[in-house]
Amino acid sequence: MAAVTVKVNQLGLSRDDYKGLATTLCAGCGHNSITNHIVKALYDHGVDPYRLAKMSGIGCSSKATAYFVERAHAFNAVHGRMPAVTTGAAVADRDLLFLGISGDGDTASIGLGQFCHLLRRNVDCTYVVENNGVYGLTKGQFSATADLGSVQKKGSVNQLETIDIAGLAVQVGASFVARSFSGDGAQLVPLLRAALSHRGTAVLDVISPCVTFNDHEGSTKSYQYVKDHELILQEMDFIPQQTEVEVDYAEGSSTEVELHDGSRLRLRKLGRDHDPKNRLSALQVIDESRRQGEVVTGLLYVNPEMPDLCSAENLPRIPLRDLGAEQLRLTPDEFASLLKDWA
Amino acid sequence: MAKHGALDLNLVASTVNGSGSQSANLVLTRAIFAMGIPVAPKNLFPSNIEGLPTWFYLRATSAGYRAGRRRADLLVALDRATFAADLARLEPGGVLVFEEAFGPPPSGAGSGPHLYPVPFARLAKASIPDADLRKYLTNIIYVGVVAEILGIPDAALEEALLHQFKSKPKALAANREAITTGREYFRSNLTKTDSLQLAALDQTEGQLLLEGNQTAALGAIMGGCTVLAWYPITPSSSLAEHVIGLADRYRVDHETGERRIATIQAEDELAAAGMVLGAGWAGARAMTTTSGPGISLMAEFIGLGYYAEIPGVFVDVQRVGPSTGLPTRTMQGDILFAYTLSHGDTRHPVLLPGSVLECYQFMQQAFDLAEQLQTPIFVLSDLDLGMNLWMTEPLPYPEYDFDRGKVLHKEQLDQMTRFERYRDVDGDGVPWRTLPGTEHPLAAYFTRGSGHDEAARYTESDETYTRVMDRLARKLETGRERLPAPIVQGGSADVGILAYGSSHHAVVEAIDILAARGLAIDYLRLRALPVASQVADFVSAHERVYVVDQNRDGQMQQILQIELGPDLAHRLRSVRHYDGMPLFAADLVDQIEPAEEPAVAEARALPLAAGAR
Repeated sequence: MAAVTVKVNQLGLSRDDYKGLATTLCAGCGHNSITNHIVKALYDHGVDPYRLAKMSGIGCSSKATAYFVERAHAFNAVHGRMPAVTTGAAVADRDLLFLGISGDGDTASIGLGQFCHLLRRNVDCTYVVENNGVYGLTKGQFSATADLGSVQKKGSVNQLETIDIAGLAVQVGASFVARSFSGDGAQLVPLLRAALSHRGTAVLDVISPCVTFNDHEGSTKSYQYVKDHELILQEMDFIPQQTEVEVDYAEGSSTEVELHDGSRLRLRKLGRDHDPKNRLSALQVIDESRRQGEVVTGLLYVNPEMPDLCSAENLPRIPLRDLGAEQLRLTPDEFASLLKDWA
Repeated sequence: MAKHGALDLNLVASTVNGSGSQSANLVLTRAIFAMGIPVAPKNLFPSNIEGLPTWFYLRATSAGYRAGRRRADLLVALDRATFAADLARLEPGGVLVFEEAFGPPPSGAGSGPHLYPVPFARLAKASIPDADLRKYLTNIIYVGVVAEILGIPDAALEEALLHQFKSKPKALAANREAITTGREYFRSNLTKTDSLQLAALDQTEGQLLLEGNQTAALGAIMGGCTVLAWYPITPSSSLAEHVIGLADRYRVDHETGERRIATIQAEDELAAAGMVLGAGWAGARAMTTTSGPGISLMAEFIGLGYYAEIPGVFVDVQRVGPSTGLPTRTMQGDILFAYTLSHGDTRHPVLLPGSVLECYQFMQQAFDLAEQLQTPIFVLSDLDLGMNLWMTEPLPYPEYDFDRGKVLHKEQLDQMTRFERYRDVDGDGVPWRTLPGTEHPLAAYFTRGSGHDEAARYTESDETYTRVMDRLARKLETGRERLPAPIVQGGSADVGILAYGSSHHAVVEAIDILAARGLAIDYLRLRALPVASQVADFVSAHERVYVVDQNRDGQMQQILQIELGPDLAHRLRSVRHYDGMPLFAADLVDQIEPAEEPAVAEARALPLAAGAR
């Protein structure tokens, strides 16, 4: 009997082990491509499915956590509230690896406040925004990330300035901000892996065209528009910690970002000159590209030095949820002396 | 009001907020307490940092009553703005200590009060050279004056000063001096004409003076809370701050500096509730503390917690609503709202502590119940209970371990072939759960607030939806009998009182007053919702049951009408109090006595009739 060889990763798991339920989103939806890239990133990265916690809010995007890693726990919260739920779970069990999926309505409208505060606290999680500029489940209303002048399917024109998720994230102090495109796995997979290796909140604003409500002429979130206007900052490779093979690149053409677990993200400059460790440069490149109608993608900003919430709170190595009465209650002596103080 | 020879003295001090009045009031309270006399202090303060009027009620009784009383036997008037109005608070023939500079009170104010004008401002200026310090010490002079009038010995004052300023020797000396200034002024310049006098008793030995928010915080720590997410709001902030203070002291590893609790000040109450659910889902004991406006914001998450079955402890230290309402006044206004908070069919266990001891105990119990029942648990305190000092017996050290509820770990899953998160395998409506991070292929499930079946899969099936909702109702039935049971007092009267929360203390006193006037009343104190079966028994056994609510709409009475049904509902009479003041016994007596007048008259006539038979 011939053995069937199934390719496995460092944990001995096959790519199928990272799959989830069949998608119920529209055929051709950018979100489904992102799901595939997530599956690849988790597989390549050797993420333990039991340690993964899939978090989401409400909307088309937030359904996506059902479509990968069926063996991981998932929390599909209420609209725009994934950040708070993730914050609570992250301090309760710091051993979990949090991957949150949100959308532009979830993040930039109803959940804008929570999103900003998640970044301020630098909760250790990967936060993917599947950004299509439109409300899909309620049939095509503009979202707050729709660009000024963008045309709705039925013809109305967006009169309001966009909320740029990546720009906002840098502004409020996020420690890892990138933008990508659902159709660009070569860029998105290494970015996802870098995000998983980063300790702190890693925001990935992924433009993900809505084939049903926002893929027409005049939309700035359509496949065609992104193809025509994408400004790719860097080509990138994710180099895991254990990799020893060195690839030669022409001197000066690449830089590396070292991440918490010892892995590195190697960046080869393509588009504009940009130092992703420079916050002002990040804000500048985001603002310039927006004003010129470009979709800038790549690693926009990273600061691996910022302490994440669990470190800042000085939480113990053992997850809080595993502590028992002995570690949590005052001893009878302490109790008696406290009451004496209170007398 | 008090029995002959019994002590019942009520002092009211009217001062300006932010002028050090609180330390003065506390020193006086602790000094009388140190004399062995039971005290019941009530601080009525404005929603303001500095400049608005504030009143302090201090009642001392030999009966040990913990409720306050409305009118003052001794009024200390230090706020010019409220001087005239304050005079109306004085009992006829009472004692008035006032700032001399206000001038004499209008004649006819009170009936013949004993007047003690004291030049507080002038005394302060002469004895306290530092102007900044003077601002905070002027009030303490009144303590010296009152001590002289009532005969409070220096030793008792010293004990109180040490308690208040033990870590601040400079403040201790300055306050001591200011008290002496007041005492000396009275001795040298005024003659005591009244007959008020405090004689030492022996009724406070072993007792403590504690705030409900303080004891609730200790309950949270002893109950194993490891995540506190909160947003500052009066009157609940001090509860969170007490938790943080206790954590700083008892949850920090001295060697590593590691902290065995996460205390997160959230961006709003909505986020605070979300953090509690996230932490509860991941297996931690999590809580938030808030007040009415916060509960309004949390409605969304409470519904999710109910439907997705996630443990969490939600403390509501109630204040006066609706909307911003009166932020620094007390009310039991959130009962009906909290009980069924969120859209759709929801119902939540609500614990109703009636004392600072129960604030401590119920907090611990709330964490067990939340994990046992896998649902949000409310603890409804109020401003009166939470922010005033109450005399209490010492808090007991817990004798039982935590009950973490039905959680399946890897080892148990190894023995199973199937796990379904929402399957009622034990018939009690409470399913088993797994925590994220459990290393077993059966462990994972998809938590959602949308329609789901027993295996946590999305469904819009009508049958499944109904089945899940019916099980949730069954789960609450399981919870009903695990909640703190009512406490019944008496048993042979025709009339009953049913009360809950901080109303308890006024009820106890009102029952004594009515008994002395010939009206015997039994008492059931409700300690949780949904109501236990004893409540129906109690109502069945009484012709009329007065339901005491500190709200306008008789919220508990409404709940009881529904829960007990029409056969018993007609026996309920509503007694309501909703002016933002703590409930006093007179508020109850004034409503119940007239209503019972015919019955009382009949009872008085009865022995004659019986004798004639």
